[in-house]
Amino acid sequence: MHKISQPVIKKDHIEKMSGDAKYIADIKIDDILHAKILRSTKAHARIVEIKIPKLEDGYYIVDYKDIPGENVLKVVTSEQPIFAEEEVNFIGEAILLVAGKDEARVQEIIHSIEVVYEEEKAIYTLEDATEFTSEYGYKKGEAEKAFEHAAKVIEETFDTGYQEQAYIEPQGVIGYLQDNKVTILGSMQCPYYVKAAVVQVMGYEENQVQIIQTTTGGGFGGKEDYPSMLGCQVAIATAKIKKPIRLILNRREDMAVTPKRHPAHLVYRAALDKENNIIGMDVEIKLDGGAYAGLSSVVLQRSLITATGVYLIPNIKIHGKVMTTNTVPNGAFRGFGAPQSLFAIETFMVHLANKIGLTPLEFKEKYLYKQGDITATSGKLQFPVKLPEMLHNIEDMSLYKRKKEQYTNQSGRYRKGIGMAFFLHGCGFTGSAERDLIKSVVKLVKHEDNTLEILSSNTDIGQGLKTTLCKVVAEVLEIPLSQVKFINPDTDRVPNSGPTVASRSLMIVGKLLERAAKRLRDNWILNKYQVIEEHYKQPYMIPWDSNTFSGDAYPTYSWGINVVEVEVDTMLATTNLLGVWGVYDVGTVIDQTIMKGQMEGGMLQGLGYASMEKMENLEGVIRQASITDYTIPTAKDTIPFETACIDNPYEDGPFGAKGAGELTILGTAPAYIEAVEQAVGIGINCIPLTPEKLLKLEKGGFQL
Amino acid sequence: MINFFLNEENVQIDCDPSFRLLDILRDKFQLMGPKEGCGEGECGACAVIIDGKLINSCLVAMGSLNNSKVITIEGYSKTDRYKVLERTFAEAGAVQCGFCTPGMIMAAEALLSVNANPTVEDIREAISGNLCRCTGYNMIINAIKLAAEQGVGLW
Repeated sequence: MHKISQPVIKKDHIEKMSGDAKYIADIKIDDILHAKILRSTKAHARIVEIKIPKLEDGYYIVDYKDIPGENVLKVVTSEQPIFAEEEVNFIGEAILLVAGKDEARVQEIIHSIEVVYEEEKAIYTLEDATEFTSEYGYKKGEAEKAFEHAAKVIEETFDTGYQEQAYIEPQGVIGYLQDNKVTILGSMQCPYYVKAAVVQVMGYEENQVQIIQTTTGGGFGGKEDYPSMLGCQVAIATAKIKKPIRLILNRREDMAVTPKRHPAHLVYRAALDKENNIIGMDVEIKLDGGAYAGLSSVVLQRSLITATGVYLIPNIKIHGKVMTTNTVPNGAFRGFGAPQSLFAIETFMVHLANKIGLTPLEFKEKYLYKQGDITATSGKLQFPVKLPEMLHNIEDMSLYKRKKEQYTNQSGRYRKGIGMAFFLHGCGFTGSAERDLIKSVVKLVKHEDNTLEILSSNTDIGQGLKTTLCKVVAEVLEIPLSQVKFINPDTDRVPNSGPTVASRSLMIVGKLLERAAKRLRDNWILNKYQVIEEHYKQPYMIPWDSNTFSGDAYPTYSWGINVVEVEVDTMLATTNLLGVWGVYDVGTVIDQTIMKGQMEGGMLQGLGYASMEKMENLEGVIRQASITDYTIPTAKDTIPFETACIDNPYEDGPFGAKGAGELTILGTAPAYIEAVEQAVGIGINCIPLTPEKLLKLEKGGFQL
Repeated sequence: MINFFLNEENVQIDCDPSFRLLDILRDKFQLMGPKEGCGEGECGACAVIIDGKLINSCLVAMGSLNNSKVITIEGYSKTDRYKVLERTFAEAGAVQCGFCTPGMIMAAEALLSVNANPTVEDIREAISGNLCRCTGYNMIINAIKLAAEQGVGLW
């Protein structure tokens, strides 16, 4: 074990335990006004008239006419209005904001406003959607030829549902105005995203907008883009009313209007030769983007790049679109497009193996990536791929092979099954985006008392970044961890080191801090204030061409294997977990306990995605918009997991670390489905697989 | 006038008896440890201990409180029992985003105060009304188990 991997007490442990940590709703400001949003009740309509009753003093309406800059939310592109003008495109779209002293009175005013709509035809499902906001495709080898020469072509379709991040702290922000400058505090992952959005909406100079992250109660991607929306709404309101304003969503509102994991429809075709080898694969992916594009184009890119998983397929053709529907816009959630593809490719490989009479593992092993292989996007796996070692470890832990054989041909009400999934996660942004778009900068400050402070815009949202970044610095300088501090970012104090997304923070920003710490070590002057600044430098990569999707899609990859064992009650179609195992390669582990937390939490989210987290929209209404109706796993829905990491240091990560956060959610869903399939002997091509769904499949499904 | 004991101090408050205890704790007593995660009794982030029982404060009407003993994380964090949990939650890595943590600690205390030597299944049951999206629960369960072991004689 590396010295740095030794667990420590997290920097924020004491304040979070004692309840002293201040989340956005815990911040009290005198004379603050409460704001609530009036939202569209129609999925697609023109706004004919808005009837607002006469308001008493101290209560205010804020709408698009109050926007000094552009009425548009800056995400990847800018298209979604902050407040609707003449048209609404989904149920929950913001129309106007009401603010005032008494929260209950604000709510009454919201209810008393009448919006007269003229309804237009709305599209609710991927099936009915015809318009799209992005489309990409790429090829490797000669897929068409492979399909022409195939002895057999096998096609399957897969469907995956919504997944709600369900961070326990709902989204919220507070804004106030001071000396012609707007300050936004809030629960968020990406302070500089919020800043850029507010600057555009307000038409302000950069120095007129300040964003401060408050302790954030989970994000999982859900607080990547939406805090920009809340930040803009409150900035507009506070600039108009000139009083501090608080906008905190209640749980139902949060679940109904904030972005979720995209529902997806995936079509996989494999061309097999006479010996049943895969000679080509053709993949078509459609994501339900909802009413506005938001982050969807980037999510689709990751879905497509990950479409063939960890397998070397000689000829491939991958294509996909983000379809537009009149539903809540979807966005980022841990995995970011990869969970959909990995569920499909892993399940497809199992089904192909079953059809040609091999065990899934025998079949998958023939195609596993090795170091030096050409990736799906014609990049190269430059670094060691330790899947064989990982496979050996997880086999020892889970006894997968023996159980797989043992669980064939079962009868009776209770039946067991076991499944194994392989996966990878490209760490950081796609291609050269770190160099060309993000351009991270960090500062390491040494105060006169020789304590250090990290200045970075990256956020600790529970994943332990405050601790891991401080560990990197302390370890380089060989000083106690207590001598290094990292407080919640404030854009007036910290440079833009990029967003907290894409499993990039520790690997990319941590590397910059490692370099900064080394420079400080070499130039250390006792009792003197010193500032070291570091800028991102791209490691060697095969140049990425975003038009052809060719080259190294990511600087490196993290890897994982999961095994899930279940017992199914075939009469009630309920499933119990018997075993869950995970082996991961995240380079060097920077803190064993923090990494364990990522593995345990990510794996359970993946199992929730596979089994119980059902969310549907019915004519544009999210039907499970509460914690009561949308069930995430409780302590009684899980069992002890067994996890391990192998050591595989990566030269361009701090102390060898790679991305870890997203990787951990990717494998348990396909492993779970393979396990249930084995138990019930029925092919399953959709998640979530609720008991109700399994009962239906048992009656009408196909036999394996 | 509603009379009750808040973190062992006798307090009175004149309020609409239908007000939620959670709001009174946060707005009138500035006790921010209990959090609102869902507002409908499903997530446990607002859990407090009332007369020894774990209760979601978002579902408690002030009028039902007369003379009850309410303990929040702010009061509990001054105890020796808390110190043990603070240590074992760190050791087991049981805190990530921290939003569920005060409620989780209340659930741990409510369990340990009636069952000083719980099984893993007892712990699962005891925290099953407290949602955590970060940890996957096992590390929290380990932390409570460790606390029972390290805090022998305290509960």
